[in-house]
Amino acid sequence: MSFWSDPFTAVQQWFNNLLASIGLGPIGVQIVGMLVGVFILAVGPMLFTIFLIWVERKVISHIQDRIGPNRVGPFGLFQPFADMVKIGIKEHITPRGTDWLPYNLSPILAVAAVLLVWAVIPFTVTFFGVDLNVGLLFIIAVGTLGELAIILAGWGSNNKYALLAMFRSVAQLISYEIPMVLCAIVPVILAGSLDLNDIVKAQTPWFIVTAPATAVIFFIVSVAEIGRAPFDLTEAESELVSGFNIEYSGLKFGMFYVAEFLHTFTVALIFATLFLGGWRGPGAEQYPILGFIYYFIKVGITYFLLMLVDGTLPRLRIDQMMNLNWKVFTPITLVVLVVFPLVDKLMADTATWLRVIALAGSNMLILFIGERITTSRLPRNPAEVGSRERPVARPENFATEPDTGVRR
Amino acid sequence: MLSHWLYIGVFVLVALFLPAVAISLAAILAPKKPNKIKVSTYECGMETVGPSIAQFKVQYYVYPLFFLIFDVEAVLLFPWAVAYNQLALYGVIEAMLFILILLGGLAYAWRKGALDWR
Repeated sequence: MSFWSDPFTAVQQWFNNLLASIGLGPIGVQIVGMLVGVFILAVGPMLFTIFLIWVERKVISHIQDRIGPNRVGPFGLFQPFADMVKIGIKEHITPRGTDWLPYNLSPILAVAAVLLVWAVIPFTVTFFGVDLNVGLLFIIAVGTLGELAIILAGWGSNNKYALLAMFRSVAQLISYEIPMVLCAIVPVILAGSLDLNDIVKAQTPWFIVTAPATAVIFFIVSVAEIGRAPFDLTEAESELVSGFNIEYSGLKFGMFYVAEFLHTFTVALIFATLFLGGWRGPGAEQYPILGFIYYFIKVGITYFLLMLVDGTLPRLRIDQMMNLNWKVFTPITLVVLVVFPLVDKLMADTATWLRVIALAGSNMLILFIGERITTSRLPRNPAEVGSRERPVARPENFATEPDTGVRR
Repeated sequence: MLSHWLYIGVFVLVALFLPAVAISLAAILAPKKPNKIKVSTYECGMETVGPSIAQFKVQYYVYPLFFLIFDVEAVLLFPWAVAYNQLALYGVIEAMLFILILLGGLAYAWRKGALDWR
């Protein structure tokens, strides 16, 4: 196999041979190779984030009819580096009364939770961190670590605003975790495995064709999971003082932003793996480099869609957001989980294309009917606490009843 | 198999190590000039009153309870989904009953108003 058809394996073999030529035993080669692989796979995304910030700012500014960063370097490409240096040398202000461990652990954990997802993502047929047989479960598990980071930040900051924002964020994130996990079961049913490599290999056709409604719900829920518009109530810039990370400054604050930008891209990776066929495409099995290109085209399209949603939709109110999750998405995904396997089992003996059409049709039908039924039952306005009729400051309202002498 | 989890273990350490190093480096580079106003709790310029562990709405407690119910359900459904191809129709109907019971629970909670944001 030539270098250009599979550069990842070629580089790996070259590196292993290099280590062996120095005089390391086979176990030493394996351990050093693993360490270097882990470092590349962990440092890569963090450096990639710098580029992502530039992409994001450019796209959002073009949506808003602005130019965006264009001064530092060609097309403003070095702007994120300048920002990074600037935020790196800002003072770390630690307010009085903070809990040292939760306060300092939180930004680290926020980044680590996102980085860990990259360990199991299959980039090509040969290039992946580790081929874990519970890969999807692992992704969901480490996704929850990010919520733990928010809880630590809110609890350790010794600030009422941070605490309340933490409650809001965590309520949103754990609520949207439910339809996300339930949607992730559908690819597992179709592939019969939790292994992400197996899920990618089973996608003939792509799962977005077989289960379009599930893919759409998964996409929307992903937007909520990364806390972007229209679900950016966690840090509504125009309404709140920044949310749970209010007491952070310097690079600790920057780490939350790194985590957020990287999470957006990571969510695109997960979506492309589960529903868009991962690295699959013509010739991807023989030439893994092609698979890598296909994969990043798919991820790029998903990421661009995420940015479009972010740049164009107005923010939801918190009761609308919670209703959308608990009263629309959760019932629909549960009904999908009831109907989808049933249709699949009943159509098991028919041709594949007929089965796919039946599955996709039933899937879309549930979404349309379910959406009609559930949204018609949603309240227009939030339930009110207290009464709307409040006494007006008029003389007759100040009049007290005559004292009858009876003690109450 | 064990080497897979060893890889994950190393990855966890590295993933925690990288941001920690970045923050430590920045802490060395950054100036350190705290004063009384700077390190006070930020509440938009207002004086802080009372403890920072404020009272919160009971709603924030109800949603995690629902989360717990449905997350445990998902944990039970994942093995079923993996074994799905070997299951006969009966296995599917059994899982259906399980999900329908939960849907009933969701409908009950909805009817009782536990899902309303107040």
